[in-house]
Amino acid sequence: MIRLEHISKNYITSQGTVTALQDIHLQVNAGEIYGIIGQSGAGKSTLIRCVNLLEKPSTGKVIVDNAELTALSPNALRAARRKIGMIFQHFNLLNSRTVYENIALPLELSGQNKQKIAATINPLLELTGLADKKNHFPVQLSGGQKQRVAIARALACKPKVLLSDEATSALDPETTNNILDLLKNIRDTLNLTILLITHEMAVIKACCDRVAILQHGIMIEENNVGQFFANPQTAIAKNFIVSSLKQTLPPVIAEQIIHQAQTNHHPILRLWFFGGAATQPIMAQLMNQFNLHINILQANVEYIKQHAMGIMILAINGDENKIAAGIQHLQQLGVQVEVLGYVPNDIIPFA
Amino acid sequence: MSPMILSLLLNATLETIYMVAIASLLAILVGLPLGTILYVTRKGNILEQAAANQMLSAIVNMTRSIPFIILMIAVIPFTRLLIGSSIGTNAAIVPLSLAAIPFLARVVENALLEVNKGLIEAATAMGATVWQIIMKVLIPEALPGIINGLTLTIISLIGYSAMAGAVGGGGLGDLAIRYGYQRFDVTMMLMTIAIMIVFVQAIQYFGDKIAKQLAHSRV
Repeated sequence: MIRLEHISKNYITSQGTVTALQDIHLQVNAGEIYGIIGQSGAGKSTLIRCVNLLEKPSTGKVIVDNAELTALSPNALRAARRKIGMIFQHFNLLNSRTVYENIALPLELSGQNKQKIAATINPLLELTGLADKKNHFPVQLSGGQKQRVAIARALACKPKVLLSDEATSALDPETTNNILDLLKNIRDTLNLTILLITHEMAVIKACCDRVAILQHGIMIEENNVGQFFANPQTAIAKNFIVSSLKQTLPPVIAEQIIHQAQTNHHPILRLWFFGGAATQPIMAQLMNQFNLHINILQANVEYIKQHAMGIMILAINGDENKIAAGIQHLQQLGVQVEVLGYVPNDIIPFA
Repeated sequence: MSPMILSLLLNATLETIYMVAIASLLAILVGLPLGTILYVTRKGNILEQAAANQMLSAIVNMTRSIPFIILMIAVIPFTRLLIGSSIGTNAAIVPLSLAAIPFLARVVENALLEVNKGLIEAATAMGATVWQIIMKVLIPEALPGIINGLTLTIISLIGYSAMAGAVGGGGLGDLAIRYGYQRFDVTMMLMTIAIMIVFVQAIQYFGDKIAKQLAHSRV
């Protein structure tokens, strides 16, 4: 449904040429929710704006619904844009218009009459749960409600594609989930194709089918979401996944932890699991094969489309060489092990 | 108060209203589009025309830097060309409009600058033409600011119209100078001042009210 071929974008500044995007290839299939994740400055915003040509790519082709947008006349491009809805981080609603009038705007722009507009908007108000807010002004709405209005507005011209530019980044976690549920719901009911950009792994986890990572304007990794979490290829992918899991040391440990090994101290480890390793009985192996004592301080394992991923912080006690051998064993199983530091033996009870 | 004074006051008041109303109307007709052009042709905006923008901006600044009393005299040849005379109420409208147009244009430009740029982006993404963006998004969103600016312009025009009176333009300023100043008629002076104050208060009141009503959406 969306195809980007060899998309590059360069900005010419007084300091020289800045490359925002470099040779991006992207294919989003019909009915798919495709997420692009990256840190700020990675080029996500530029990339999503290239899809409806709010940004003109320096090179490359943009093809949406079999039409090459980069080859269209200004008039034809405007017509094509009506079939590409877009929602924004800061909603971009008109303060001077009510909810109803905001949703009506794209229909007015395409020259539809009042009756036709009403016939389109009323079902959209139902779909987005805004029926009772119809005559409210944006300022009277919460962030989540504003984004619902923006979604309804984006759907008014019955687009085939919806672009979401950090649509949940200004919202609290619960509202974020509501909005993501709504996006999944409209994808299913309207058979929409959704391309979204975000810097939050939770968004990818909650609603995407496929994901790509953008870094310094380059797409460094692409996969379906299950595979991505099971088997991240790049360091930045792993970072994103880890940062999406809660993992803080208990205060009593955090206060006492030192970075050098000492006598009467034992190590605190952080284990990262991706995919297969999470299903192995590794705790039992450490205890039985290496004769180690283990105390789990924190654990967080999640399942994303059948793939387990998780993080665990544990205190480990036993013979020094056995600990080293145990760590090696874990690494062989594909678990990433990091020694966070050492704490005195007496603060953590072992069996 | 004699009927003669009353009729003088009434006439002068009507002349002032006439001058200010026509000049305001012209300021809206020319200043609103001019301010919009100043905005949309700015660098990075929807109809970027950097050179034209700088030229227009320079002209606007030039007009605004001339004190009204001097502008009034400087444009006399132009006024004569248009009206056929440099004296009288109609003649006063020419410099009044020339002063109000660039003033309102800047005010409109500033009101438009306050509009969130994301709205332009959103409208472009909806397939809006530049004209649609201006008429359906920019002007409606900037309207409360534009109304406030218009209020300011009209009040300035009331002050300017009194100055125009001093050089034969008629109106309340003319009355105040001829009777209040030159004939030491304190009553007449106070009456003209009172009428001016009522004018300004009324315009400010209604301007604020309309702007507030349009901005009902903003807390």
